[in-house]
Formats: sequence, structure tokens, C-alpha cells
Amino acid sequence: MTTAALEVQGLNKNFGALVVANAIDFRLEPGARHALIGPNGAGKTTFVNLLTGRLQPTSGRILLGGDDITALSQEQRVKRGLGRTFQINQLFKGLSVLENVTLAVGERAGVAGDMFRVAGTHRGVVEEAYGLLERLGIADDALKLVREVPYGRQRLVEIALALALNPKVLLLDEPAAGVPQGESKVILDVVAALSPDIAMLIIEHDMDIVFRIAKRITVLVQGAVLIEGTPQEIAADRQVREVYLGERDHG
Amino acid sequence: MAPHARDAARTSPVDSLVTRHRLRPLELLPWVLVIPPYWLFDTYLPLGSEILIMVLFALSLDLILGYAGIVTLGHAAFFGLGAYTAGILAANGWGEPISGLAAAAAVAGATGYVTGRIILRAHGLTLLMMTLVIVLALNEAANRMGWLTGGADGLSGIEMWPLLGLFRFDLYGRTGYVYAAAVLFVAWIFVRRIVHSPFGRSLTGIRENVTRMHAIGVPVRTRQVTIYAIAAVLAGIAGGLLAQTTQSVALTVMTFERSGAILIMLVLGGVGRLYGAFVGVPAYMIAQDNLARLDPVYWYFWVGLMLVVVVLFARGGILGIVDRARDLVVRRRP
Repeated sequence: MTTAALEVQGLNKNFGALVVANAIDFRLEPGARHALIGPNGAGKTTFVNLLTGRLQPTSGRILLGGDDITALSQEQRVKRGLGRTFQINQLFKGLSVLENVTLAVGERAGVAGDMFRVAGTHRGVVEEAYGLLERLGIADDALKLVREVPYGRQRLVEIALALALNPKVLLLDEPAAGVPQGESKVILDVVAALSPDIAMLIIEHDMDIVFRIAKRITVLVQGAVLIEGTPQEIAADRQVREVYLGERDHG
Repeated sequence: MAPHARDAARTSPVDSLVTRHRLRPLELLPWVLVIPPYWLFDTYLPLGSEILIMVLFALSLDLILGYAGIVTLGHAAFFGLGAYTAGILAANGWGEPISGLAAAAAVAGATGYVTGRIILRAHGLTLLMMTLVIVLALNEAANRMGWLTGGADGLSGIEMWPLLGLFRFDLYGRTGYVYAAAVLFVAWIFVRRIVHSPFGRSLTGIRENVTRMHAIGVPVRTRQVTIYAIAAVLAGIAGGLLAQTTQSVALTVMTFERSGAILIMLVLGGVGRLYGAFVGVPAYMIAQDNLARLDPVYWYFWVGLMLVVVVLFARGGILGIVDRARDLVVRRRP
């Protein structure tokens, strides 16, 4: 078996008596297009926070490219190629779109601690950030403050910030959340066009999005993995329909 | 979009970010304004020096409050440490000004680094209380250690040697004024450099969204502690300057009141924009000086009223008002 891009072994997380992650085993293959679905409160975002190190697991191991990262800080995991987006925008609202992405590129390029040269000497960093905006089709808004940009485009900035890190593994937490139907297509096109080198885990509510992008699906219920399989298997699974799709009586 | 227009749009956003550090002519205005008082208001030079010193103090606060978003009520701790360090050195036979300032910077900076590493683990109200505790504890320590600091009577017997071995600290405060202006100028160049460096830009990121900074791999605490220590160094230099130019140090250098007052001056001028200190401090101190003369009993009320008006109607302080006025004029143009 090849080394997984990201692997989780026996992951548990309790808040007191409340179990939010229950013995989760999970593999994200290199170049994967993997979706994580589950009803509200299933622990999807908690799972992402455990992966990124915002939360520490009660027990279990997390491996990134075969290396144990369970004890590493968020920053160290990012430096090893683990990028994420947030379900609710986490952007630098008072800064321009270009500066948002420049901060991320500068951090990845290792120039952000530089105190004695002006930022302008690192022109390549800004150009790379601008190139990323062009790729995502938001270069026109480069100099606008993020808070002045429409929500749909803010979601693209959210993705741009993650891509700026050149991640090997990308965790997308409901990338199209809150975006009107018409605009969500733009975001999905961006996600679909991502490099096949990136292993992607997408957390999503919207089944259209899931079935369009994912090659594999994991269903999470009450902090535990219910089932994993191809989209066809998941769509046909009786248990999933009962627990998640809620079609017990009128399926 | 026409091809040539797209070309222009292609280069300009990058250029505008890459060249943002370039000096604009208006930035030299404070340095032009600092010269005439030397001749015009020569009886006010001690007040002038104190204003320059407080500008430096406010500038150091702007680095942590305005850029890194760390709210503190204890910044006077570092000002006071600097003042006592320079003062105690000069009162005990080492009156050389420049090295005295260096010692003030070192003591304040080291304390800033150590306390920063401890208290910056906390956030919000907890952090605010801890900054307050530090200034109160140091104040009490200075009060108790009368043998060293002079306690409540203040430190006396400070004798400064001539600046650079050439210029005596005269009774009219001429040397003090030029000295304070020169130190502030050097500090301004330094602070401006930091603010426009990638490090400085990353501080604004921490202020805007800590969660995201963690998620893009920023060692947030290290950056915060670094800037906290740098701000402490500058505050220490400001305090050292006050001790050297006034040749006295009282317990009031290191109080909650002074921490609060500098915060108010900075907010009055405008936070997080480098020049708020240069506007807010003179505005506050000149207003205070005049109000105290016009209404010796209730002058603090008028200072308070001024603040309430600024906070309610002028977010962004005086410089914020200037910005909005300029926007209005620009927009009116066809």
C-alpha cells in the first residue's frame, strides 16, 4: 500500500463526557478527491480542527505523508503542507485582497519574519500572489479591501489563501457555504481545476457538489465513521439514507 | 477590457503594494514643524521636549496596539523602567546621556521580552489585567526601594554630562529639545522601517485575524513577543529621555494613569497609522496646557469631553477626520 497523503488512526476527542470524535480511522490517498459528509453536529468541523491542530485529540495519531504530526502545532503542520479553508470566512477584512494573499505567500516563502528590509524588496512574493488572483479570476478586485468585495468573491480569497501555501493536502470546509446558487459554480470550477498533486478533503452539505467533485465519500455520524465508499455505493446505501438523507419513510 | 488596459491593470496592483513604503512628502511635515519652536517659543522648550518624548512613547504603543492589536494598560511600566534606569545611572556618577539611553533601552526591552513571553499567552480581558498588574507591581516596587529610587520623594541628584561631550543641558532646555528631537527622528526611521517590512505587515495580519494567521503557518506568539519587546525598548528610551532632560524621576513615570493617558493621546491622533502619535500627543498636551490655565479647577472635565466627542464622532481620531474630509473633497470633483 502506498503512503497516504494524510492518515488518521484511532482518533478520539472528548469534551468531558461529550464524545465528538470516536475512534476515527481515515485515509486520504495522494491526489484524492474525497468528501466528508454527515448531518449537522456529526463532528465534521471538529475533525478538521483535529487534523489542523486547532484541537488536540484525546488519543490517536495523525500522519501527514507518513510522518506523525499529532504533537505538532498548527504552524508546523502548515509548513509541512497541510492547508485549510474555513466554513465561515477567516480573512483580513481591513486589508486588500492582494495583501491578504501576499501575507500567505510571504509566510510560505519564509520572508515574513524579515524586519529590516521593506516588503517591496520581495517583489516576487507579491507577483506570485497576484498570479494566484488571476488564476482564480479575482485579480480585478486586487486592491479592494476584502470587506468591500462581494461574499462569493470572498470565498475565493479564502481558497486563494490556502492555495498560497502550496499545500500537499487541502482541507476545504464547505467552500460554497453561504454563496448564492448562481455563484457557487465559479467556486466549484476553481475547486475542480485544482492540481491533481493536491490531495483534497472537502467537507460539504450540498450533495450536488459532493457527487460532482468526490471520487470517494466518508460519512460521519455522531463523531464516528459510519461508512466509506464510492459515491455510487454511498448513494445506494440503506444505512446512509436512513441516518443522513432522512428518507426512511418516503424514499 | 481592452488589451492595453488589462496590461496596465496587470502591473499596477503589484506596483502599488511593492512601492507602498515610499516616502510621501507629507511624512516630512512633523520634521519641518519641529524646527521653528526652537527659536519661536524658546520659553516653552521644556514643554516641547516633553511633547517629543511622549510622541516617542505613543509611537512605541502604536506598534503593539495599532499594528499588532495588543491592548495594554501597562505600557508605562517600560517608560518608567527606562526613566529609572537612566536616572539612577546619572544620580550615581554615570551621567553620559547616550549610553544612559542604551541602558534604559536594554532594561526595558529585557523586561518586555520576559513579561511578554508570559502574558501574551493570554488574550482579551485577561491580557489587559495582566498588563495592568505589571505596571502596578513595578510602581510599588519602585515605591518600596527608596534607597535606590528615592521612593515617593522622587529620584534626586541626577547630573547629566554634556551631550556628546559638547553640549551642556542648559536651564532653558535647548539641548534637551534638540536631543529629544534627534532621538525621536532616529526612532521614527526605525519604526517606519519595521512597519513597512514583511514582519510589520504580518503584524497587521495578526491584528486583523489571528485564526487565519495560525492557519497560514505564522508563529503568532513569537511575532507578538518580538514586537512587544521592541515597543518596550522604545518606551524605555522615551522614559530615559524624560529622566535625562528633566533631571528628575518621580513615581508618576510608571503609573496606570500614564499608561491610560498615552493610550488616550494615541486614540485621539489615530491608531495604527504611524502618525497618530505625532498628531494626538501635541493636540492633547497643548490642549491640556491651555485648559489647565483657562479653567484650573475643572480642566480635566474639558479633556474628558474632548475625548468623548472623538470616540463618538471621529473613529480613527484626528487623522481619521482628515481622511474623511479628503475623501469628501476628492469625491466632489467631477
